[in-house]
Amino acid sequence: MRVTKVNTMTEKYNMPDERGHFGVYGGIFVAETLIPPIQELNEAYQRYLKDPEFIAELSADLKNYVGRPSPLYHAERWSRHLGGAQVYLKREDLNHTGAHKVNNTVGQALLAKRMGKTRIIAETGAGQHGVATATVAARLGLECVVYMGSVDVARQALNVYRMKLLGATVVSVESGSKTLKDALNEALRDWVTNVDNTFYIIGTVAGPHPYPAMVRDFQTVIGHEAKQQCLEATGRLPDALVACVGGGSNAIGLFHPFIDDTSVAMYGVEAAGDGIETGRHSAPLSAGKPGVLHGNRTYLMSDENGEIIETHSISAGLDYPGVGPEHAWLKDSGRANYVSITDIEAMAGFHALTKMEGIIPALESSHALAYTMKLAPTMKKDDIIIVNLSGRGDKDMHTIAQREGIEL
Amino acid sequence: MSRLAATFEALSKAGRKALIPFITTGDPNPEFTLPLMHAMVEAGVDIIELGIPFSDPMADGPVIQRASERALAHKMSLRRVLALATEFRKTNQHTPLVLMGYVNPIEIFGYESFADAAKLADVDGILTVDLPPEEASEYGSLLKARAIDPIFLLAPNSTDDRIKKMDVLGSGYLYYVSLKGVTGAGHLNIADVEAKLQHIRANTQLPVAIGFGVKDAAMSKTIADIGDGVVVGSALISKIEANLDDLDTAKRDIIALLAAMRQAMDA
Ligand SMILES: Cc1ncc(COP(=O)(O)O)c(C=O)c1O
Repeated sequence: MRVTKVNTMTEKYNMPDERGHFGVYGGIFVAETLIPPIQELNEAYQRYLKDPEFIAELSADLKNYVGRPSPLYHAERWSRHLGGAQVYLKREDLNHTGAHKVNNTVGQALLAKRMGKTRIIAETGAGQHGVATATVAARLGLECVVYMGSVDVARQALNVYRMKLLGATVVSVESGSKTLKDALNEALRDWVTNVDNTFYIIGTVAGPHPYPAMVRDFQTVIGHEAKQQCLEATGRLPDALVACVGGGSNAIGLFHPFIDDTSVAMYGVEAAGDGIETGRHSAPLSAGKPGVLHGNRTYLMSDENGEIIETHSISAGLDYPGVGPEHAWLKDSGRANYVSITDIEAMAGFHALTKMEGIIPALESSHALAYTMKLAPTMKKDDIIIVNLSGRGDKDMHTIAQREGIEL
Repeated sequence: MSRLAATFEALSKAGRKALIPFITTGDPNPEFTLPLMHAMVEAGVDIIELGIPFSDPMADGPVIQRASERALAHKMSLRRVLALATEFRKTNQHTPLVLMGYVNPIEIFGYESFADAAKLADVDGILTVDLPPEEASEYGSLLKARAIDPIFLLAPNSTDDRIKKMDVLGSGYLYYVSLKGVTGAGHLNIADVEAKLQHIRANTQLPVAIGFGVKDAAMSKTIADIGDGVVVGSALISKIEANLDDLDTAKRDIIALLAAMRQAMDA
């Protein structure tokens, strides 16, 4: 069996530093009560990352439980239609529970088990991370509480029901903007209160160190597989990578193993919502500035007084005012490009893939697809784009039907 | 000597403990805060902690979260908190003022500009909840260079090593968060607080104020016997919340609670 690579560095790129800094970004910005559990987590993570038994168990779970490796699928018909580069889809939508999120929850749950924690908490936006967390908690027999903004509870009702079936308690969060950032606040409050027995599984590359590095490392399985699959299928590396960016975990999972391969362009796609110019969007890298939220310094959407601005996106999973600190670093360093796609464009991406390839994508992933529709035609026919199809669209049927005036 | 150090020294000489109210600036409206501050001083408080409202108060329970929301609805901001501190100083030059909040408003203000503005407003201490010593060394120096005390939190799970770190970086006082939880939580265990204070005293000479979970006069007395100061926040803000349509009553109830605490602590 192929053993999963879990690595914190490539040959030339060694980020973050030991205190979790990616240049000026990242770090540990939390209240004092959370410092000891974060240190405990970091020690456990550093230790098990090098533990062959841990890696073997993780590899087996990823293969037999998650269903990895996920295919790299050549979307030939769509590529022909777009008339430019060959588009390959990394099929994270085929993972157990329907998105890339489970790669991370399987890893963190194994850590929780080894650390003797009996209670799991998580925040969720689209509900994919909540479902992926409830799933691994069920499997390990751990208590599970998932925090979700009440706006998201309403628009992702199906995932709420899935979590409940899996035995999780879903807490609807009524504070602030009632979306992902508020769910994160509430999860942090729970963690502060229950630090002794509780493991907080953060669902993206945000939060205080070591989360951005740890979640990335668990997600790099996407990029490692994609690289090998691309070489096997085409004999060469891709020319471009495209992934949507909410907190940025599916994007960094795909990008990271290619960071040293400077011929490979990287495009992170943020949610432009109603349009960047309207202010109703979720695109901190495209339109925000550096600040501190949820334990790290990164690009943020905050006003002139430093208050966090409410975000907007058709996709709950991208509806977040911050972004993982490593993306902030990759933006400033110029290694990756960050672009944005509106709700309307994302819908076009959604329909295009559904009709052309018989694959119904998640609304989050549809942002990456919509950008691919712009990018592919500008490239040569023998160029290769790998798009991270981070999740499937089942959870979004109600949102899409409603938007198009159809009653289910 | 800073106003905070002088205050604790004078109290210690008199065998008394500091009573430290926390209120969210601009809650429930910007006009309410300044008269309340003066009234609290009259009721016998020693130091005032002024909360800087923030959209995402991660370490706060529902009572202070809602106080932040009420203040932000009136466009309260860090700039306006500083303006209010300036206003307070026009008629009160002796009561130390500590600003307490989250780091993003300060980050966006600019650390150096903020340190200058806080100095100009004659603020005495700054407590930044989500800025632990790991990330605070430069900022701490900026404050100390202007004779403003950087105040750090200690928690029940802080190790002796960390207490030593706070002792070096912090000044004015250390704020001991008496329980694992958010502000306003209700499960404070006195024996635990006593045991922890022994560890803290062994590692620092700084005065220790104790907060989180102090709700009534009896509790303030118990805590005063353990620490050098007692911080009370959610219990005061609850009075505002219970009387949003009658703010005179809110103010009267706050002052009555503080007076009772003062009396119990001095008895
Ligand atoms: C399918 C899917 N893709 C992407 C995201 C965005 O998260 P991230 O940017 O961390 O990959 C989510 C989040 O819920 C998701 O469900």
